[in-house]
Amino acid sequence: MDSALVSDQAAYLPATVRVTAKILVVGHFAVGKTTYVSSLSEIRPLRTEETMTEAGALTDDLRGTEDKTTTTVAMDFGRLTLSESLVLYLFGTPGQQRFTRLWRDMTVGALGALVLADTRRLEQSFPVMAVLEEHGLPYAVAVNHFEGAPRFAEPEVREALDLLPETPLVTCDARDRISSTHALIALVQYLQARQTPPAPFPGGGRVGGGLGYPLRSSACPN
Amino acid sequence: MVRPYVVTDGRAYPTRNTFDLVTLVMAHPDRPLTGLSPEKRRVMELCLGGALSVAEVAGYLELPVSVTKVLLSDLVDSGHISARAPIPPAELPEVQLLQEVLDGLRARL
Ligand SMILES: Nc1nc2c(ncn2[C@@H]2O[C@H](COP(=O)(O)OP(=O)(O)OP(=O)(O)O)[C@@H](O)[C@H]2O)c(=O)[nH]1
Ligand SMILES: [Mg+2]
Repeated sequence: MDSALVSDQAAYLPATVRVTAKILVVGHFAVGKTTYVSSLSEIRPLRTEETMTEAGALTDDLRGTEDKTTTTVAMDFGRLTLSESLVLYLFGTPGQQRFTRLWRDMTVGALGALVLADTRRLEQSFPVMAVLEEHGLPYAVAVNHFEGAPRFAEPEVREALDLLPETPLVTCDARDRISSTHALIALVQYLQARQTPPAPFPGGGRVGGGLGYPLRSSACPN
Repeated sequence: MVRPYVVTDGRAYPTRNTFDLVTLVMAHPDRPLTGLSPEKRRVMELCLGGALSVAEVAGYLELPVSVTKVLLSDLVDSGHISARAPIPPAELPEVQLLQEVLDGLRARL
């Protein structure tokens, strides 16, 4: 890194890009976040770290009090050029550090989040979902299926994760680009449906809940 | 990793707070690099190659995002770097942005 010109390894964006968007990929330890971002990214995924105090302040706010407990918050991210003018960034992070600056940086302006979950430890997804809810960030859940992990029917997973009826739940293989793309599409379809309230049903149907879009249309086969 | 305050002359926060992780930044090629700190020169060297997001600058330079923002903010103040202005929400409503994201993702299948 020191000897090689850093500009030689950078993948620059074309001058036509005018819009950048971001989506978070979150989940507990070893659920497949980095794998997921790598599968989708057109660039070698990058990583940044921030050292914070337990209270969430940057370490250099506390010069001279170096003995304060600090934690390192890391995120890795990738990039997808979606059109001449639009680039999507995916930020992967454990996401339990609710008060950190990095977490705020990631959530501000984000379109939404994809929560990766593992059926062997669904309960470990709760803290992450709680943080997203605190930040008011809409999310979809993608079960990243590991070999040997139990396969549950969708209602069981929904119940175990205590999902709202409208929250999309899909299955994906974080190692597979197409499968991972389907999961992202499910999220974006959901975000879009939230923006456009469903047309009222003729004859005065229900309002809210049970929206008329296909929650599972993007679940991958297998 | 570099101690942040060494790089930023002791400041933890940028003078302006307009940078998002996905703000695109570009360097002005005609600006002299004399007098810039080594870290700012590295930012310039990287950014002279073309447009990158703030997050990518941090990633390539192996610097924390907070430090990167301070450096970029100084370089904007000194006229070395400009941030590509985001499109105002009035011009690109979120519904439309989401549609474009969706179209782009589907095209990758
Ligand atoms: N079988 C299988 N293995 C996977 C899958 N996704 C990830 N892995 C493996 O699981 C391990 C953890 O994946 P990572 O992508 O590093 O998980 P992470 O969420 O980034 O982990 P942390 O950053 O440590 O929290 C790695 O060894 C991956 O190769 C999957 O879909 N199936
Ligand atoms: Mg990881």
